Amino acid sequence: MKKKVLSILMASTMALGLVACGGGAKQEAPAEPAATEAPAAEEKAEEPAAEEKTEETTEETATEDTSAASGDLIKVGIINNDPNESGYRTANDADLKAMFTEANGYDAKFAYSLKNDEQITAAQGFIQDEVDYLLLSAADTAGWDSVLKDAQDAGVKVILFDRTIDADPSLYEASIVSDMAKEGEMAVEWLAGQGLDEYNIIHIQGVMGSAAQQGRSGALSDKVAAESTWNLVTQQTAEWNAEKAQQIVQSVIDAGTPFNVIYAENDDMAKGAVAALDAAGISHGVGKDVIVMGYDCNKWALEELLAQNWNYDGQCNPFQASYIDEIIKTLESGGTLSEKTIIMDEKGFDAETITQDDVDKYGI
Amino acid sequence: MSKTTNKDESFFKKLVGNQLFIPILALLLLAVINLINDPGFFKISLGLNNAGNPVLSGYLITILDYGSELGILAIGMTLVTAASGGQDISVGATIAIAGSAMLRVLCGGTSRPTELAAPIIVAFLVACVVGMLCGAFNGMLVAVFKIQPMIATLILFTAGRSIAAWINNNELPIVPDPKFAYFGSFIPGIPVPTTVFIVIACIVVIALVLKFTNLGLYTQAVGINEGASRLNGINPTFIKFLSFVILGLCVAVAALIKVSRLSTINYSVIAKDIEMDAILAVALGGNALSGGKFNMWASILGAYVIQFLTTTLYKFNVQSDALAAYKAVVVIVLVVFSAPSVRDYMKQLTRKFASSDKAALSKKGVA
Repeated sequence: MKKKVLSILMASTMALGLVACGGGAKQEAPAEPAATEAPAAEEKAEEPAAEEKTEETTEETATEDTSAASGDLIKVGIINNDPNESGYRTANDADLKAMFTEANGYDAKFAYSLKNDEQITAAQGFIQDEVDYLLLSAADTAGWDSVLKDAQDAGVKVILFDRTIDADPSLYEASIVSDMAKEGEMAVEWLAGQGLDEYNIIHIQGVMGSAAQQGRSGALSDKVAAESTWNLVTQQTAEWNAEKAQQIVQSVIDAGTPFNVIYAENDDMAKGAVAALDAAGISHGVGKDVIVMGYDCNKWALEELLAQNWNYDGQCNPFQASYIDEIIKTLESGGTLSEKTIIMDEKGFDAETITQDDVDKYGI
Repeated sequence: MSKTTNKDESFFKKLVGNQLFIPILALLLLAVINLINDPGFFKISLGLNNAGNPVLSGYLITILDYGSELGILAIGMTLVTAASGGQDISVGATIAIAGSAMLRVLCGGTSRPTELAAPIIVAFLVACVVGMLCGAFNGMLVAVFKIQPMIATLILFTAGRSIAAWINNNELPIVPDPKFAYFGSFIPGIPVPTTVFIVIACIVVIALVLKFTNLGLYTQAVGINEGASRLNGINPTFIKFLSFVILGLCVAVAALIKVSRLSTINYSVIAKDIEMDAILAVALGGNALSGGKFNMWASILGAYVIQFLTTTLYKFNVQSDALAAYKAVVVIVLVVFSAPSVRDYMKQLTRKFASSDKAALSKKGVA
């Protein structure tokens, strides 16, 4: 009996180990064979680092012949949040991987973590590896000063993308971010342009305090405070969660309060809200009873726009790689950057004007 | 006269002593609050949904509908609590795993299929197997290795959502067939939410199991005294293991409803914090969280009390991130009232209260 139990146990442990390894490999393995290191991964201790280093050097010498024309590869260490986090992050990661390839003259290494301390450890690893550039999307705004000073001393140039940090701007070269407040303003401006007699809005917020929530809520709150015809039927946080959004809207429907706009701060929540509308037989979309607004431009959301079931979707641009590439090229050629903070172009899509091309190009 | 007091007292005692007392009291309390605030709360109306099918709507229907996942989970959680004297905190993460496996089978690994890759029943059965495997994993750690349930289930609690994402290669598949959405909404022509029928089916199954097998008795025996039950020929390891596997099955059913509601999944937020609600449901049902005797129906009722509370709070426009605080108040009250010292004190108090008539007391003392 005991033997049996033991064997079952061992088998399942092995299976689990496989699962765990499989998952880890999926997350950490970058597109290029050269970049096998993921310092954020817990299992990797210090010993394999040396091995990998020799691997890298051989790799580098090998590639030197092929890319002799363009000179040495530029070594970049990329620290990002976990691609599982959201569709936005998945698109962001894919974009970076497509840009920082050997064909484009880069030797890129990736590290993923949603935890600040793990990210800092990864950054220290990259600095020891003497990367040329450190690209960073910080999990948390605080705690980066000392490691960035180390980077500066080691001659590593730091470029922030997607998220800003609370550190002296002299510690990094550039910061490429989305202007969430502008996203909100664009959406509210679009809504104002719809010319409704009265705006009765269900405002579904993201996780309170996040940059996206603050920016996207801010513009709407200002407008509601300024205009007498704009009312908030309810203002609730669904924490980016479709199910919660569904319940919130369901509650308003059950109460029988009239409303004609759903302003959801991401696509998932808009989808949850629409599910509640569908169940209650309330029409939504272009020329219908309720205007539905979402954010992030997920592909499926843009398709809803194309089908005119939703009205508006605001973009939160995850494609930062080309901006970063441009900055690195400028710095490499000895140029200087005119601005430290670079705000990306972002669009807002209207269901009446969106095309299939937009869906293919901007959908994430 | 003293006799009637005695009778009243015993009736009162019986009432308070009944496990269903707390959840029913809570339910009545919530109902009265809503009745005073707005009698319209209890209105149920028949309308048409956007697909043109008749549907019932109203707060009560909403409670029945959204409370169903919790009701189903409460069944399994009660058994786990009773048998192991601990709770499974990986329920939410396991829902993500089972739901992800279901979508993987339905969509065949692509995120935007145009048709189903497998029949829904096959996908559901796969989800059941996956849910039961996760339950078996937890059950083995608890039953065989005697790890505390909360620690053992912490493993899947932490890793579950990543595993769920891995199953679908980080994709977020969308099920193309509108039939799949029936499980989380309405079947055309039937105005009652499908989830209600699913819960009824689960309740009937567990009622039959408890009635015609020794599962209930054995579970309680193991929970009360493991050593004694072993001496009486019950295998405590198997009973504990079984309770986790049953919970795994409940999780798979809950995952079907959750995934069906939106025909898609979001690994990081699906069924978030539902484990805490499920544990709260068991506690609200008056079941000791340290295991032993249990009352299944009180737990299920407890689940609907929680949904009633949630819906009521939404109605009062309480900020949804503050909901947890209100639930916490309920937990505090429950925990305080079930603490032995408070119970003793309450007993003394009621005795004093009832014994203003000294004769009754002396009579009882003699008896």
